[in-house]
Amino acid sequence: MGKTRIIAETGAGQHGVASATVAARLGLECHVYMGTEDIRRQAANVYRMKMLGANVVGVDSGSCTLKDAMNEALRDWATNVDNTYYIIGTVAGPHPYPMLVRDFQSVIGREAREQCLEMTGRLPDTLVACVGGGSNAIGLFYPFIPDESVAMVGVEAGGYGLSTGQHAAPLCTGQPGVLHGNRTYLMNDENGQILDTHSISAGLDYPGVGPEHSWLKDIHRATYTAVTDEETLDAFKFLTRMEGIIPALESSHAIAWVMKEAPKLPRDHILLINLSGRGDKDMHTVAEIEGIVV
Amino acid sequence: MSRITGCFEKLQGEGRKALIPYLTAGDPNTGTTLELMHALVANGADIIELGFPFTDPTSDGPVIQRAVERALANNTSLRDTLDVVSRFRETNADTPIVLMGYLNPVECMGYQAFADAAINSGVDGVLIVDMPPEESHDFLEILKKTELDTIFLVAPTTSSDRARRICEQSSGYVYYVSLKGVTGAGNLDVASVKENLDRLRTCTELPLGVGFGIKDATTAKQIGDIADAVVVGSALINRIAELDPVREYSVSELESHIGLIGEMREAMDA
Repeated sequence: MGKTRIIAETGAGQHGVASATVAARLGLECHVYMGTEDIRRQAANVYRMKMLGANVVGVDSGSCTLKDAMNEALRDWATNVDNTYYIIGTVAGPHPYPMLVRDFQSVIGREAREQCLEMTGRLPDTLVACVGGGSNAIGLFYPFIPDESVAMVGVEAGGYGLSTGQHAAPLCTGQPGVLHGNRTYLMNDENGQILDTHSISAGLDYPGVGPEHSWLKDIHRATYTAVTDEETLDAFKFLTRMEGIIPALESSHAIAWVMKEAPKLPRDHILLINLSGRGDKDMHTVAEIEGIVV
Repeated sequence: MSRITGCFEKLQGEGRKALIPYLTAGDPNTGTTLELMHALVANGADIIELGFPFTDPTSDGPVIQRAVERALANNTSLRDTLDVVSRFRETNADTPIVLMGYLNPVECMGYQAFADAAINSGVDGVLIVDMPPEESHDFLEILKKTELDTIFLVAPTTSSDRARRICEQSSGYVYYVSLKGVTGAGNLDVASVKENLDRLRTCTELPLGVGFGIKDATTAKQIGDIADAVVVGSALINRIAELDPVREYSVSELESHIGLIGEMREAMDA
């Protein structure tokens, strides 16, 4: 394409770091748009991006989180399309991004399917993944879609609880609408204005969702639910102690659902959980909540 | 014949080009928007593009973003915007109004409900920024049946094939985006606009309006010489940003804030 400049939006910062990493390796200019609220709560990743040579641009419009960063990235792209490629960090946005990102992320599901068959001799019974924009979830789900025996559960960010309105669960509570170049389930008010979201985890804090998840919901191939910040924090601590794995707060949503539902399932039911990220980046967020100065 | 088509025909007969200011409804409040619309007409505006606010205006630069924030601060909705048009029509039956905005508020209202409310309020044309013609079959059918003009954007990056298809779905006029960027950007290149307009004229007989980045009488005249209409948004809104949201203004008080329009009119007619 002959493009020498990369832009990206980021919520938790993981995608920003990944983009900055590849830009450094390939000698490309990199600008990462990030909501000022997210910059504050993911400081370690911001520092990583800068260390890698990226320019981190704070976005302080709207809710100062992911959707606003995406708005600003889209504006930059329209302005600089001649020399710039926009790497969208999730499975949303204008076509062909939802398709592209899904295709790249499906390595997760393909390998998981292969390994599960190898290890257990059969397919998993239920797949579970957290859903923000939905990229890790669609990456896991997509290769299993034709396998009718495999159920799929997407866990959205329930924030302070769905009834409070302070959450980021468009599949659970929203209606179809158009944002960022796709039609999908959105959290909006009766006038079509996009609502502010809240989640303990920056990576799930988005009022929309990848359109393929909206489709999977409508055709009843996958079910979508939500867990609260509190349940998520419990799951974060639980997995850390139980397995010695510190999960990302995003992934902790999936763990939280499993903690609730697994006891109700038969012992030989295979639950395949997508542990989509590490929690190292979340330590100071969790410490702050616990009132601990790190 | 639509008000918009009639307007362009009349101007063509007079050897003049259309001046189309853009306002965000509700900035700083709907009462002032109404008076601003009357003031603009009195000072040379031929058509008005009235924007309904949306929380995530991805094609807009900081000036219009802030206008939208001001409008949303008093909860201005699509319905409120249509109401402004109704009130405008009480004393003005001539100036065409184009309703401009993003799709989501229209989705929430429902396509048919929107089209009915728009035509009943006195709207003449609709420009939905993030609704490409390829995706809007149902909506377009409804708009055309309701006899609302369907205005679409063509950009410097639009291929000739796609520009042709876009023009085929358009009525009233075609809006050519002058630059690669967002509203209020500073990188207008008149020579390249002319080149692209010449190409566009091979695709359509419709009048061509040009907007984004037109900021003063000089650029208005340059664009007016090569296009059929000059659209001005951010440059005007910069002056409106100074208005007090809790005050009411009369048309004559507003005239000093919209002097830019008078200047552009004069330059374009010279």
